Amino acid sequence: MPGFGFSLGFTLFYLSAIVLIPLAALIIRPWELGWNGFWTEIMAPRVLASLKLTFGASAIAALVNSVFGLIVAWVLVRYRFPGKRLIDALVDLPFALPTAVAGIALSALYATNGWIGGPLSKAGIKIAYTPYGVMIALVFIGLPFVVRTLQPVLADLHRESEEAAATLGATRFQTFRRVILPMLAPTLLTGTAMAFARAVGEYGSVIFIAGNLPMVSEITPLLIIIKLQEYDYAGAAAIGVIMLAVSFIFLLTLNALQAWVSSRR
Amino acid sequence: MRAILRPRAATDDHPLVKIVLSALAIGFIALFLFMPLLTVFSEALVQGWRMAWDALTESDAIAAIRLTLLVAAIAVPLNMAFGLAASWAIAKFDFRGKNFLITLIDIPFSVSPVVSGLVFVLIFGLQGWLGQDLRDHDIKIVFALPGIVLATMFVTFPFVARELIPLMTDQGRSEEEAAVSLGASGWSTFFRVTLPNIKWALLYGVLLCNARAMGEFGAVSVVSGHIRGLTNTMPLHVEVLYNDYQYVGAFAVASLLALLALVTLTLKSLLEWRFADEIAADHRH
Repeated sequence: MPGFGFSLGFTLFYLSAIVLIPLAALIIRPWELGWNGFWTEIMAPRVLASLKLTFGASAIAALVNSVFGLIVAWVLVRYRFPGKRLIDALVDLPFALPTAVAGIALSALYATNGWIGGPLSKAGIKIAYTPYGVMIALVFIGLPFVVRTLQPVLADLHRESEEAAATLGATRFQTFRRVILPMLAPTLLTGTAMAFARAVGEYGSVIFIAGNLPMVSEITPLLIIIKLQEYDYAGAAAIGVIMLAVSFIFLLTLNALQAWVSSRR
Repeated sequence: MRAILRPRAATDDHPLVKIVLSALAIGFIALFLFMPLLTVFSEALVQGWRMAWDALTESDAIAAIRLTLLVAAIAVPLNMAFGLAASWAIAKFDFRGKNFLITLIDIPFSVSPVVSGLVFVLIFGLQGWLGQDLRDHDIKIVFALPGIVLATMFVTFPFVARELIPLMTDQGRSEEEAAVSLGASGWSTFFRVTLPNIKWALLYGVLLCNARAMGEFGAVSVVSGHIRGLTNTMPLHVEVLYNDYQYVGAFAVASLLALLALVTLTLKSLLEWRFADEIAADHRH
């Protein structure tokens, strides 16, 4: 077979030029501050507040998506109703819609004069320009991860074990909780984790609805941009490295967890 | 009524459960996905077609549309070439570290868009590794077209490769080996044997890559500098207009991007439905 040297060579060259060397630049940069400088940078109250918001809102959004994503996947796989194909295609919207478009749309929708924000503000609930707005945006972009991860597994689920549970006298709810849910759990966890990981780094759909108040509704990716605008490259890189490290540790933990789950079967 | 009266299989949900769950699912999708989409078009047309059209044909908007098309026209073919090379090497040959290479290719998907832009500022920015040298030679990368293209290439890097690698691994190499043993050259084997086998998966990957390339916001926002009529792509133009309180203009340009998303979704569904067996296994549903 010809072409091994050429194709692998081109692959490695392109991968290094576009991804690896630029990431190396990110990882090396903050250390010009020294260990203490790096530590001061990431322990600044404004940075800590943004990390708390970013990870907290991402976790809550991922949890919401794990519940509703399971329901949506269940309905799309198990039930038949008119317009199902359309709904199924719409699930991918957050993948396809540019994040800035989603951002201004959500912002208009949840502002105090918006279709949803209006009635809510009359009830005394404020969503746009608060941390709740951040969560709404993160729910939007995370949903397809849970649904698309669950769908194929749900479709391949063995009906026999559900039938067996029913013959042995289990109610439908017992079957769900004791038979179906345990079979789905690893996949549900994976999808939720993917939604969480995506949410942590999200920028475009969040900044318009967040209001970006320092210490209140300012997400970490925005803080990187603010640092860059102040020409504080090392500070921006320090926050970038922390975000990168946390998402890699998270993904590694998840992989280990999955390996452990599948080894127990 | 007949459906409700018919005896229900043991693995069927209670009709009431079905109704409640369906309502929850459809309600959630309507609230979180459909309403934002509807808002984009309704806000764009709130003052009529005329205003929306004017916002789209104004010179800064035209410049933004042209820049977006140009960036995609450079970044997408390059990533396509990379995807083809990477999947050829990975699927048709055995070598050590293959799984590690696949992991490396997927990295850009787990990096925040803002960080994806940041890495290029750290290299090419004024105070970056090469900043001073570039300045001395009067070469602009950040706050100019090359930076925008690089950031776009980074975020769309894995799309084509990750569609092709599983499919080509599944297909194996026997057909190519047969062609080569009959005397075909490497390139003609690729064009006459491999390419026809992977064309729909390739199109699928290119489609997703292109949608992301044209819609990317975070990474491009970091490297662009937001110079109107010069370094604003369509998503950045949306941001500038929105922050200027020019809502009709912002939503008019946003509608164009939303239409692109809808076309992409339609083509994607069509490919999944029509050519399910010829695109990667994880899309068969």
